[in-house]
Amino acid sequence: MMVTLGHFLTLGAILFALSVIGIFLNRKNLIVLLMAIELMLLAVNMNFVAFSYYLNDMAGQIFVFFILTVAAAESAIGLAILVLLFRNKSSINVDELNTLKG
Amino acid sequence: MSQTLSAATLLAVPLAPLAGALLAGIFGTTFGGNWIGRRLSHTLTILGVLVAFVISAMTLKSVAIDGARFNETLYTWMVVGGLKMEIGFLVDGLTAMMMCVVTFVSLMVHIYTIGYMEEDEGYNRFFAYISLFTFSMLMLVMSNNMLQLFFGWEAVGLVSYLLIGFWFNKPTAIFANMKAFLVNRVGDFGFILGIGLLAAYTGTLNYAEVFAKSGEIASLNLPGTDWLLITVICICLFIGAMGKSAQFPLHVWLPDSMEGPTPISALIHAATMVTAGIFMVARMSPLFELSDTALSFIMVIGAITALFMGFLGIIQNDIKRVVAYSTLSQLGYMTVALGASAYSMAVFHLMTHAFFKALLFLAAGSVIMGVHHNQDIRWMGGLRKYMPITWITALIGSLALIGTPLFSGFYSKDEIIEAVYFSNLPGAGFAYFAVLAGVFVTAFYSFRMYFLVFHGKERFDQNPDAHHDGHHDDHHGHETHHAPRESPWVVTAPLLLLAIPSVVIGFMTIDAMLIGDFLKDAITVNADKHPAMTELIKIYHGPVQMALHGLTAPPFWLALAGVALAYYLYIVNPALPAAIKRRVEPLYTLLENKYYMDWFNENVLARGARGLGIGLWKGGDEKMIDGALVNGSWKLVGWVSSIVRKVQTGYIYHYALAMIVGIFILISYFATWPMIKELLNK
Repeated sequence: MMVTLGHFLTLGAILFALSVIGIFLNRKNLIVLLMAIELMLLAVNMNFVAFSYYLNDMAGQIFVFFILTVAAAESAIGLAILVLLFRNKSSINVDELNTLKG
Repeated sequence: MSQTLSAATLLAVPLAPLAGALLAGIFGTTFGGNWIGRRLSHTLTILGVLVAFVISAMTLKSVAIDGARFNETLYTWMVVGGLKMEIGFLVDGLTAMMMCVVTFVSLMVHIYTIGYMEEDEGYNRFFAYISLFTFSMLMLVMSNNMLQLFFGWEAVGLVSYLLIGFWFNKPTAIFANMKAFLVNRVGDFGFILGIGLLAAYTGTLNYAEVFAKSGEIASLNLPGTDWLLITVICICLFIGAMGKSAQFPLHVWLPDSMEGPTPISALIHAATMVTAGIFMVARMSPLFELSDTALSFIMVIGAITALFMGFLGIIQNDIKRVVAYSTLSQLGYMTVALGASAYSMAVFHLMTHAFFKALLFLAAGSVIMGVHHNQDIRWMGGLRKYMPITWITALIGSLALIGTPLFSGFYSKDEIIEAVYFSNLPGAGFAYFAVLAGVFVTAFYSFRMYFLVFHGKERFDQNPDAHHDGHHDDHHGHETHHAPRESPWVVTAPLLLLAIPSVVIGFMTIDAMLIGDFLKDAITVNADKHPAMTELIKIYHGPVQMALHGLTAPPFWLALAGVALAYYLYIVNPALPAAIKRRVEPLYTLLENKYYMDWFNENVLARGARGLGIGLWKGGDEKMIDGALVNGSWKLVGWVSSIVRKVQTGYIYHYALAMIVGIFILISYFATWPMIKELLNK
């Protein structure tokens, strides 16, 4: 069986859908939420790589490096905020974090 | 341009009184630390006015005899878009005459004030004010452009305001000065509109340049209307003159201005400032000659003032108010003369009136001093033997006022009546009747006052409410029952000095004013359209013949009848006036209330303006701007956000859902848009 662009895009879409569902269904743990966001970025990366390969354009793969770097930095900051949040609230339960409420 | 007049000498005329005013006003009051005492401050200010008077007299001599003229700009203040704002002097016959009248009367008043204000705390301040007034008035009359004229115009208004309210602890004085200021604002509004229109259409403020261009604007219309531009300009300018020269219906401030000290009533509210309007119209004669409508308007307004203000003089009991209403009436005569194009006769009457009216006011002041600051003529009487100098000078002033032949007032007033007779403008018939009737009324009220004050029974110790009004209570309380006594020489000397021109000035100057070329280049008359002056000259055969002819003319007999009536009512049969008063109660009430003009102004105009102001404040400012715009906008924002804030739940998955839904909507929109467009196009 020949692996085509369609397969890659389907994989990306599945990954993306998984992460979105993760965000909605997860009412407990903030860490899971962060992981779901990472997964969303990976789904995007998958699309970039697939298009880059099939269109013979290296720019897409270079972009992936950038996104990975930024995602790593973002996770670091996100986890740092998470630690501080836990110190203040003694909880990382998503249902209890509604201080942004208007 | 003659060599005899130089800018430096002319500049000294207004600046000398200004220097006196500044020295006395700054260093003579608590403001500057009271460095200058009373003696020094009156010496300085009198010296300043004396210098001005001497130079003015020399100027008059070189203008009248050597024919010198001066018209130069001394200083350019600024240039705005080609419109030059300058300070300059124009000296011709009209200016030279006004300068002499102003400085002479001012000098007399300065000397008189030494005696009159002797016991007043504001002695130095008063001298500073009257010198400042002299400066302002000189700037006004010597100006060669509209801006400086306007400066002088406003400055005399300001000093008048300060002086009417000189006794600032007296509520009536404060009311009166506010009233004078506000009424004058109405006039000044018209005046500045007139100046603005002239500047807009001629592009200059200089008299000579404006007059040179007056022919060009004579046929223009005011844009958007079919009114002749020149008529609008002239009426606007005349509204200014109505305010300053107290013409009906803007006359209401002048009687009230009698709240001020008497010397300023003589200087400002009789002799000089109130004649500024007359002077201005005479100065602008090349413009006014172009508009028959404006001249008619002027004549009718003047006639109303001359007659109806005279009636009010009949029932007044305050000695100063009688003279004040007589001033109004005489200003009406001058205005009528302006309307009849007899500008030089208006100016002639202005000059003679300045002398005899200043004399009458100063005499009234002397009487007030003599009877210890009582101003009610019902409680005077028989003062002749106590105050002989005041008596004789007041008699001379009254004779001049009513137009006794050979006295100064006769020449000017008779010429005005003749001029109105020859005028062919609409309204001249009414004006002729008004000025003729005015002669009778003038004679009656003048001699009513004269007889009540100087003749008849002595009533000055019967005044029921003596010394309960006025500010001088404290000083004079102990003198209540003393007999009146003649005033000191500083008071009587000015009376005598003013009495001389009151008698002879008309006789001496009528030749120059009427047929000479003294005023020829200052005043323009279109003799074809307005023949009054030509006719006057035709029937004139010298001052003596005029006086002889005057004996047989109706004005003289009317005046005589007025005097006789006054004599009968107030000396022969003093009980009769009260009986007459009872008979014509409604008429008396009408006069007592000054035709309800004050009532109308206070209740309709002032209250209406206040009502409008309150309406705009409550409705416009508080409700509209504060309520709807300022508070309304924050309330609206608050209301909207109180609804929108509900969307912000604070749960991350809600935000995420919103994002996803948003993306879904956007994508489906862009994905289906071509199809929708196709459907719509079909």
